[in-house]
Amino acid sequence: MHELGVVFHIIDDVTAVGRENNLTGISSVTLQLGKVSTVIPEYLTDCWNWAVKKTDLLKEAELIIEPIEAISFCEDCKTSFDTIENGKTCPNCGSTHTFLQQGNEFMIKEISGS
Amino acid sequence: MDAVKVIEIKKSVYESNDREADKLREELRSKGIFLLNLMSSPGSGKTTTLKATINRMKYTHNIGVMEADIDSDVDAIAIAKETGVKSIQLHTGGMCHLDAGMTRQGLDELIDGKVDFAILENVGNLVCPAEFDTGATKNAMILSVPEGDDKPLKYPLMFSICDVVLINKIDVMPYFDFNLEKCKENIKLRNPNAKVIPICAKTGEGVDEFVKWLEEEIRINKG
Repeated sequence: MHELGVVFHIIDDVTAVGRENNLTGISSVTLQLGKVSTVIPEYLTDCWNWAVKKTDLLKEAELIIEPIEAISFCEDCKTSFDTIENGKTCPNCGSTHTFLQQGNEFMIKEISGS
Repeated sequence: MDAVKVIEIKKSVYESNDREADKLREELRSKGIFLLNLMSSPGSGKTTTLKATINRMKYTHNIGVMEADIDSDVDAIAIAKETGVKSIQLHTGGMCHLDAGMTRQGLDELIDGKVDFAILENVGNLVCPAEFDTGATKNAMILSVPEGDDKPLKYPLMFSICDVVLINKIDVMPYFDFNLEKCKENIKLRNPNAKVIPICAKTGEGVDEFVKWLEEEIRINKG
């Protein structure tokens, strides 16, 4: 929903890191994006391609998105399951006492440049 | 050409904003300023609720309001005209939320040495504003009866970050399939600590209880 907003935050963060490391150009930025993070990769890439053109350091930077699977854990039967397929209900025992183990991450993993 | 370097960062996209928000919250606390971030979907009655609340509190507090919208200044004008308190309009330039940096900029304009109770009316949206901490002292949201009692299940993050949930437009409850007890249960499921106050901003029902909650939180923030 807020892809453009987060793109500006990412640009600010990686620009600061690029400057600290005396880079003259950043060629790629790698993100780790959970599948239930509310951010849609295609929109994020569109916003990215538009926004980086307005910068110096990042104008050639490719956005690489590594997806992270969404997995939930059932507190009643102690099993893990796919969140996107099953939502909050455990497919093994039907319990709703479940919580998200991973899948809402939105991390800047690394950048490369020279 | 220099060899390509890979630099590991490993930090959340939201981390810089969270840090900025914590800094702002602490600064406001040290100055004795209370900032309320009010969120909801469009049309739930944020501006009407604010007018009713401000008119009950404006003689005992120096209130200032920041209206955040993608465009227009209708809300800022309505607040200024109908309550007489200082009100400014922030335009987000197409953005669906405010972050801590934008909130700070707004406060710089709003706080003129007098305002001790600042209110941010966030962009109408149940998704994005929940992801970005504005630095507010407390978060409030409004869920209006026509939206349905299932919204806490559909937008869990918003309900989980709010200190108080106002259920507005309770006067029209007989015309909608809205189950107040079910709604409270759904909110509890996401956030056991949230205070739930049913109100009708138009008639004023329940607004005094919200004012009481605000008075107590303002007192705690002043220390």
